[in-house]
Amino acid sequence: MQDLGIEVLFKGNNFIRLLAGLWVSVRLALIAMVFSILLGFLLGMIMTSKNRIVRLICRIYLEIVRIMPQLVLLFLVYFGAAKHLGINISGEIAGVIVFTFWGTAEMGDLVRSALIAVPKHQYESAYSLGLNKTQVYLQIILPQTIRRLLPSAVNLLTRMIKTTSLVVLIGVVEVVKVGKQIIDASRYQNPNAALSIYGVIFLLYFAVCFPISKLSAALEKKLQS
Amino acid sequence: MDLEFISSHIPMYVEAAGLTVRIAIYGIIGALIVGLICSLIKELKLPVLKEIVQIYIELSRNTPLLIQLFFLYFGLPKLGIVLSSKACATAGLIFLGGSYMAEGFRTGIDSVPQIQRESAYSLGLTREQTFFRIILPQAVATSVPVFCANMIFLIKETSVFSAVALADLMYVTKDLIGLYYNTDEALLMLVIAYLIILLPISLVTSWLERRVRYAGFGN
Repeated sequence: MQDLGIEVLFKGNNFIRLLAGLWVSVRLALIAMVFSILLGFLLGMIMTSKNRIVRLICRIYLEIVRIMPQLVLLFLVYFGAAKHLGINISGEIAGVIVFTFWGTAEMGDLVRSALIAVPKHQYESAYSLGLNKTQVYLQIILPQTIRRLLPSAVNLLTRMIKTTSLVVLIGVVEVVKVGKQIIDASRYQNPNAALSIYGVIFLLYFAVCFPISKLSAALEKKLQS
Repeated sequence: MDLEFISSHIPMYVEAAGLTVRIAIYGIIGALIVGLICSLIKELKLPVLKEIVQIYIELSRNTPLLIQLFFLYFGLPKLGIVLSSKACATAGLIFLGGSYMAEGFRTGIDSVPQIQRESAYSLGLTREQTFFRIILPQAVATSVPVFCANMIFLIKETSVFSAVALADLMYVTKDLIGLYYNTDEALLMLVIAYLIILLPISLVTSWLERRVRYAGFGN
C-alpha cells in the first residue's frame, strides 16, 4: 500500500490549522450573507416599484451580477481599488464587498419573487384597514415572504460558502492556503501529503455545506405541505 | 487608457477566451451526458448504482469547483494519476456540472405525470423504451430553462481554471497586471471578454425561457 500521507494531518496542530483556515472563509461567507440579506430585502422591495427607470437600473445590476464570474468581480475590486483609490484593501475586505454585491442581487431577486407571490388582496385589505405603507410591509407582507424565502435563502448560504473559496486566488490565507503551507512544510517527510490534505479540505467543505443544503431541502418540503 | 497596449494584447485574450470556450463546451456536453446517465440510473432504480449516483450528486453539489480542481490536479498525481491542466479542468467541470444537469433532468422527469408512465407500460413498452421515448422528450422540454441556467453557471465557473495553471482569461489578466502594471487595460479587456462570451448566451436564455413550449399531453 502506497503511503497516502494521512499522518501529516495529525502532526502538530495541522488539523486545527486547517479548521481555522476553513473558518476564515466561512466567516467571510456569513458576514457577506448578513449584509446580503439586509440589502437584498431593500433591493427586493425597490424592484417591485412601479417606476420604470428604477426597475431598469435594478435589471442592469442583476444582469451584471448574473453574467460576470465572481472571480472577475473580485479582481476588479482587489486590483482596481488598489490602483484608483490608492488604498490597499485586504483580500478579506474585497471578498466581503464582492460577495455582498453578488449576494444582494441574488437575495433581491428572491425577495422580489416572494413579494410578488403574496396575493394582492393582502396589500389591499391591509391598506383598507388603515395601515400605512411601513406597517403594511413590516407587519403584513414581510412575515409572509420570510416563510417563502427561507429555503432559498439557506440554499444561497451554501452557494456563498462555496463561492468564498475563491478568495485564495486574491491572496487570503484560508483553508487552501493553509493546506498548501502544510504540504510544502512536509514535502520531504511526506511527499504524498497533497493527496490527503486536498482530500480532507474537499471533505471539510462537504461537511459544512451538506447539512445546510439538507436543511434547505427539508424547509422546502415543510413549506410545500 | 493605453489603447496601444490594448490592441497589442487582444490576440492573447482571444486565445485565452478560445481556450475557455472550448473547455466550457466539452464540459457542458460531458455534464449533460453524465447528468443523463445519472437520471437514467435513478429512473430505472438500479441497485447499488443508484446509491453511488446519489453520493456523487451530494459530493459534487456541496463542494466548490476550486477545491475539486485542487484535488484533481495536485492530489491525484500522488496516486499515479497525472492529468494535464486542460484534462483536469474539463474533468472538474464535468464532475461539477454532471450533478447540476442530473438535477435538471430530475425536475423535468418529476414534472411528467405518472399516468404517462403507466400508459406506456400498459401499451407494452419496456422501461428503457418508456424512458427514452416517452418520459425524456417531455422532461427535456420542461428542463430547458434549468439547462440554460446551468450552462451560464458552468461558463462562469471556468474562471477558476487559472488555479490549475491553465492559461485562461484570469491567468492572462493576472500576468499582464504583474508584468506591466497596466491594471485598467487588463481588467477592461477581461470584463469585455466575459461580456462577449456570456451576454449573447444570457440574452438567448431569457428569450428561450419566455417562449419555451412545454411539450406535454394536452398543451
